[in-house]
Amino acid sequence: MSPAADRSKYLALAVLLLPSLIGMLAFLMLPVLSSLVLSFSEWDLIGEVTWVGIDNYVTALSDPAVLGALRNTLTFILGYLPAVVAIALGLALLLNRRIKGRVVFRAIYFVPVVTSWVAVSLIWKWLLNPQYGLVNFALGAVGIKGPGWLFDPNWAMTGIVLTSVWKDVGFVAVIYLAGLQDIPEPLYEAAALDGATPWQRFWSITFPMLAPTTFFVTTISLISSFQVFDQVWIMTQGGPAGATSVMIELIYKNAFSYFRMGYASAISWILFALIFAVTIAQNLLQKRLDRSDG
Amino acid sequence: MADMAIFAETSMSRPTARMRPGLRLSDIATYILLFAGAAVMLLPFAWMVSTSLKTTGATFVTPPQLLPDPATLDNYAKVFDSAPVAQFLLNSIFVSVTSTALMVLFCAMSGYAFARIAFKGRTVLFYAYLATLMIPQQVTLTPLFIIMNFLGWTNTYQALILPSSFGAFGTFLLRQFFMRLPREIEEAAFMDGAGYIRIFFTIAIHLARPALATLGVFAFMASWNSFLWPLIITTDQSMMTLPLGLSALQGRWTTDWNVLMAGTVIGTLPIIALYVFAQKYIIRGLSHTGLK
Repeated sequence: MSPAADRSKYLALAVLLLPSLIGMLAFLMLPVLSSLVLSFSEWDLIGEVTWVGIDNYVTALSDPAVLGALRNTLTFILGYLPAVVAIALGLALLLNRRIKGRVVFRAIYFVPVVTSWVAVSLIWKWLLNPQYGLVNFALGAVGIKGPGWLFDPNWAMTGIVLTSVWKDVGFVAVIYLAGLQDIPEPLYEAAALDGATPWQRFWSITFPMLAPTTFFVTTISLISSFQVFDQVWIMTQGGPAGATSVMIELIYKNAFSYFRMGYASAISWILFALIFAVTIAQNLLQKRLDRSDG
Repeated sequence: MADMAIFAETSMSRPTARMRPGLRLSDIATYILLFAGAAVMLLPFAWMVSTSLKTTGATFVTPPQLLPDPATLDNYAKVFDSAPVAQFLLNSIFVSVTSTALMVLFCAMSGYAFARIAFKGRTVLFYAYLATLMIPQQVTLTPLFIIMNFLGWTNTYQALILPSSFGAFGTFLLRQFFMRLPREIEEAAFMDGAGYIRIFFTIAIHLARPALATLGVFAFMASWNSFLWPLIITTDQSMMTLPLGLSALQGRWTTDWNVLMAGTVIGTLPIIALYVFAQKYIIRGLSHTGLK
C-alpha cells in the first residue's frame, strides 16, 4: 500500500474508531480494571486506599448478609424464570394463531415492557397493598384471604416475582413469536397428513424447533435476573427483615450507604463469577442437548 | 400508524382463516384466553389512573372503589407543586435523546471501521470489545461513580449521558450489518477517489438505517427507563430523570397512594404515547435482535 493510502487509512481509523475506543476505555474498561483492584483494597471514598489482599472475598463468602442476598436472588430466579418462560411461550402460541386482532393483543401485552420499572413497581406496590389493594380484593371475592404480600417476609418475594413476570412476559413472548414464525409451514402440513394431534405437533415440531429461542430467552433472562434491583429497591428496599435483599441491592448499600467501596466491588466480582459460571454451564448443557438430538 | 399495521395484517391473514367448525371453537378459546390475559395486563394501568383521580377518603376504603367518586385532579396539582416534574421530563428527554444519538453514531462508526478497514490488531481489539459484553453493569458502577466524583461530574448531564453512549453490543450489531452489505456500491465511490470517512458518511450510514433504528430503539428504551445509574450519580432534584423523580416522590408521599399514582401516570404517559405511535416498529426492532 502506498504511504498516501496508509495515511488515509489511519486518518479514517482516527475519525471512525477512536471516539468509540476512548469511550469504551474510559467508561467500561477502566472502571472494570479499577473495580478489580478496588476489590482487593479497603476504601471509604475519602481516606487512604489500603491494600487488603483477598480479605474482602474471604469476608464476603462467610458474610450472612451476602449469603442471604445470594439465597434470595436464587429464590427470585427459581420463581421468575420458569414462570416467565412458560407463560410467554403459551402466550406466543396463542398470538401466533391466525385470528383477527392479534396485532392489537400483541401490542397490549407489550405495554408493561415499555413502562419503566419504577412506574411498574409503584403500581404493583399499590395493587398488592394488603388492606386496600386490588389483588387482595379480587382474592377475597373468590373466598381467599390474601396475604400481607410485601409486608410479610414469607410473601414479599412472591410479590416481586409476580410483578416481574407481569412486566417481562410480553417481551419474552415477542421473541418467541419471532421464533415461531421461522418454523417452516410444510412441517406442520406433513404432520397434519400423518394425523398428528395438536399436542403431538407441539412436542414433536414446535418445541424442538424453538430450542434456539428457548436457549436465547433463558440465557438473557437468567443473566438479567441475577441483577434484579429496580423493583426490589422501589417495592421493599430489601425488606421486610431482609427477606428480599438481593445481590445488587447489597452492592448498592455497601457502596453508597456504608461507603465500603472495596467490599462492594468484591461482592460484584463474586456475582459476576457466578453469572459467568452459570452461563457457561448452560452453554455446555445446551451443546450436549444439541448433540443428543442430532 | 398502528392502525394501518392492524389493517394490513388482518387483511393478509383473512384468506387463510378456515371456516371449519373445529377451528372456530379453538378460536373462541384463544379469544377467551387472550382477553383474560389482556385484562390482566391493562387493569393495573386502569387502577393507576382510577386511583390518581380519587380523594384521600375514597382511596382508603374496603372494598376498593373501582371508579373514582368523586373524581378530582387535586393529586396532579400536588405532584406538580411538590416536585419539578416538567424538569424531570425535560431531563429524561434530553438525556435519552442525546445518549441514543451518540450511541448510534459511535457504534455505526466503529462498526464500519471493524467491518471495512483492515488494520493491525483488528481481531484482538474486536475480541476485547466482545469481552466487555460479558461484564455486567454492576461491576463498573462503583468505580464509575468514583471516576465521576473525581472529575466533579456528579449531578451533571455528561455523567448521565456518556456512560450509556458507548457499548460493544451496538458496535457488534452494526459490524455484522456492514459485513453483509455488498461492497460494490462502496467500490464505485472508491474508484472516484473517496476515502473511508466520506464513504461512511455519504453512503454506508444511509444504507444502515434499519439497523441504526433497531439499535436506537434499544438504546432509547434502556436510557429512558434507566434507574440505578441516575440513582447513584444524581442527588440534586433539578438533575433527576423521570424514574428517579418518581421514586423520590415515594419518599415525599410515602403512603398517599392517590398522589403517587398521579405521579406514576405523569411518568408513564410519555413513553406509552410514544409506544402507541411507534408500536410495530419497536416490537420489530426488539424481536429481531440477538436472534438474527
